[in-house]
Amino acid sequence: MTPKRKQRLLVVLFIVFGVSAAVGLTLFALNQNINLFYSPTQIAAGEAPVNTRIRAGGMVVDGSVKRDSESLFVRFDITDYDKTVTVEYTGILPDLFREGQGIVAQGSLNEQGVLQAVEVLAKHDENYMPPEVAEALEKAGKMPMPEGQEFNK
Amino acid sequence: MIIPELGEYALILALCLAVLLATVPLAGATRGNTLWMSYARPLSKGMFLFTLFSFLCLSWSFIDNDFSVVYVASNSNTALPWYYRLSAVWGGHEGSLLLWALILAGWTLAVAVKSRNLPQDIIARVLAVMGWISIGFYLFILFTSSPFERYLPGYPQEGADLNPLLQDFGLIVHPPMLYMGYVGFAVAFAFAIAALLSGRLDAAWARWSRPWTSVAWAFLTLGIALGSWWAYYELGWGGWWFWDPVENASLMPWLVGTALVHSLAVTEKRGVFKSWTVLLAIFAFSLSLLGTFLVRSGVLTSVHAFASDPDRGLFILIMLAVVIGGSLLLYALRAGQMRSESSFGLLSRESLLLVNNVLLVVSCAMVLLGTIYPLIVDALGMGKLSVGPPYFNALFIPLMSIMLVFMGAGVISRWKQTPLSMLVQQLWLPGIAAIVLGIGATWLYAGELEHWVTLGIVLAWWVVLAGLRDLYNRLRHRSEKLAGLLKQSRSYYGMVLAHLGVAVLVVGVALVSIYSEQRDLRMQPGDSVTFRNYTFVYEGNKHVEGPNYTSDQGQIRVLYEDEPYALMRPEKRLYTARGNVMTEAAIDPGFTRDLYVALGEPLENGAWAVRVQYKPYVRWLWLGGLLMTAGGLLAASDPRYRKRMRSAEA
Repeated sequence: MTPKRKQRLLVVLFIVFGVSAAVGLTLFALNQNINLFYSPTQIAAGEAPVNTRIRAGGMVVDGSVKRDSESLFVRFDITDYDKTVTVEYTGILPDLFREGQGIVAQGSLNEQGVLQAVEVLAKHDENYMPPEVAEALEKAGKMPMPEGQEFNK
Repeated sequence: MIIPELGEYALILALCLAVLLATVPLAGATRGNTLWMSYARPLSKGMFLFTLFSFLCLSWSFIDNDFSVVYVASNSNTALPWYYRLSAVWGGHEGSLLLWALILAGWTLAVAVKSRNLPQDIIARVLAVMGWISIGFYLFILFTSSPFERYLPGYPQEGADLNPLLQDFGLIVHPPMLYMGYVGFAVAFAFAIAALLSGRLDAAWARWSRPWTSVAWAFLTLGIALGSWWAYYELGWGGWWFWDPVENASLMPWLVGTALVHSLAVTEKRGVFKSWTVLLAIFAFSLSLLGTFLVRSGVLTSVHAFASDPDRGLFILIMLAVVIGGSLLLYALRAGQMRSESSFGLLSRESLLLVNNVLLVVSCAMVLLGTIYPLIVDALGMGKLSVGPPYFNALFIPLMSIMLVFMGAGVISRWKQTPLSMLVQQLWLPGIAAIVLGIGATWLYAGELEHWVTLGIVLAWWVVLAGLRDLYNRLRHRSEKLAGLLKQSRSYYGMVLAHLGVAVLVVGVALVSIYSEQRDLRMQPGDSVTFRNYTFVYEGNKHVEGPNYTSDQGQIRVLYEDEPYALMRPEKRLYTARGNVMTEAAIDPGFTRDLYVALGEPLENGAWAVRVQYKPYVRWLWLGGLLMTAGGLLAASDPRYRKRMRSAEA
């Protein structure tokens, strides 16, 4: 091999090494930071892992929102009209959070099957339903269609 | 009233002109027919005029409260103040596409008017490519998203109102600036395609497309900064970057665009990196289109996805495939003919700028992966997931840190060959000074050395000091230092400003990310909280009536070191037309810190959930963005771009 070829080979090897390191690190970071979505039915069936960051979504059950009178602790149930999951959260709820609205909560399930949420999301439109929630409801065959409202359009 | 119909006809006429623009001058350029080529300019002007007319028609329908137009009815309301009625024109999907088309026509017009000194065949080809892009957008608007559609026969007496989040100064300016940037890359793209078509890819080509690219980049920077600022004060919770897919959609073209700006400099000065530059121009515009696809097709779930219609998504996807596939095919056919006009050593300004390019492109690829990974997984039916901010932070921050290290060295280095000894000799002092000053400043500010903050401040000093060393080099041999300062070119000062902007941005990011303090509290009238020497006393709520909303206005008395400082009035608004509840944060802005108070929800016994935040150096984020914008515009205004064009002609 001529010295020039040798140098080129080194450069190529260096690039291949660099790219594989980058790809490896990226995939590792990606795997550490993806949050899978589960519907209440899936959680009730035990499909969701415990103590792992997940997302869960559904409609907030009417009359289920219970606030602590001293702090910002709040507990409520979300449902896909088939199964129900209890969510606990401490903090400020989004403007569009209310009973009967579709929400997505991010957090981890504890041993009792209660979702300890670190974030509660409700999107910025009265008619809007998070697509994950809409799909979960459709799967459960419980998509509500109130008059004059078009969900998930 | 036939105004909306006139608008629609004008748009159809603009499409017809675009078809002519896309074909006649191009045919002329291929066959050497001067007459055909000369049609490019008048056609561009006509296209702009008709698009402008169409846009004005839609604006008139908003001012006139013509609720027989579906788009007006769903985005406006008689109670809406006139300025929001005007900005509501681009508050929804259809109108924002019309704005996009208008800006595209505006850029086309600017190229037609401003490039009188370019060879005629080049200008004919550039404008023709702009024509092709315009055709795509006009068809998209006319077939899938016409803003002029009517409710027939009956129509509502009152409009549904503009989304309250968008009733804000930020919305008046953010989308136009962002689109100016997105669409501006169409010009860089058109120059690249024209060069590929003509086979003349030389330093002159890079010189022609450089000012356009810099201006587009500057606008995109401004648009992103405005978007971040808007999200900060309007979404109500004091975040300034969420790694939301829509933000990523604007960041990706910015990263590639930044690489393009630097790569164009190398191509112009040294005649190398030609094929790489062309590729970057293609990708910058393709990513702008991809951004449009992600935002407009509704595949994403975010604030911006106000429409989701499969036809629209499919249309943009096809357009994307045509643009990327077509231009890459052309590139593959022609790239082999490109020859470097010079060579460069392993350590040189060229190679350092190449490192910058690689880092920027890799960051972009990583953002792209994180953004579309959930879509791919979903499309394959493997479940629903989201990629969290930690992924982006874990990769983006180290990559950018490395880039900052190279940034300092790149500014000092020389073209062609830079001896390592020279770099070391020039940079040891700025290097050590940056470490000392960075650690010192961090210690003084925080009383501790948090590693990310320290790294950020050291790197910011490094960029600034290496820049100063470069300025010193430029003035060293001049006897008149002040005259020497004035002799430096505008593009040099543009670079200095933009790099200074990066340093300022880095300081802001580091401090606000680590040292922000936030308290979520349950407050009853009389309750107070103290941190960072500020005391916040909640004094209860007042009822306030706005033009189209009613509001609960919190009264929060702020004391600084127990002295009265300010009264902050965060609001919880109810917009009556749609029944939307909106949080209006109260912000006390400052150069070194913002105080940020937002109302959560009412609790029992007159108590409210309140979020109080202390945001150190948060303004530096947008100050950095403004400096970068100013730098880009200054560099583009360098008179040599105009002079050289004239001499090239002679």
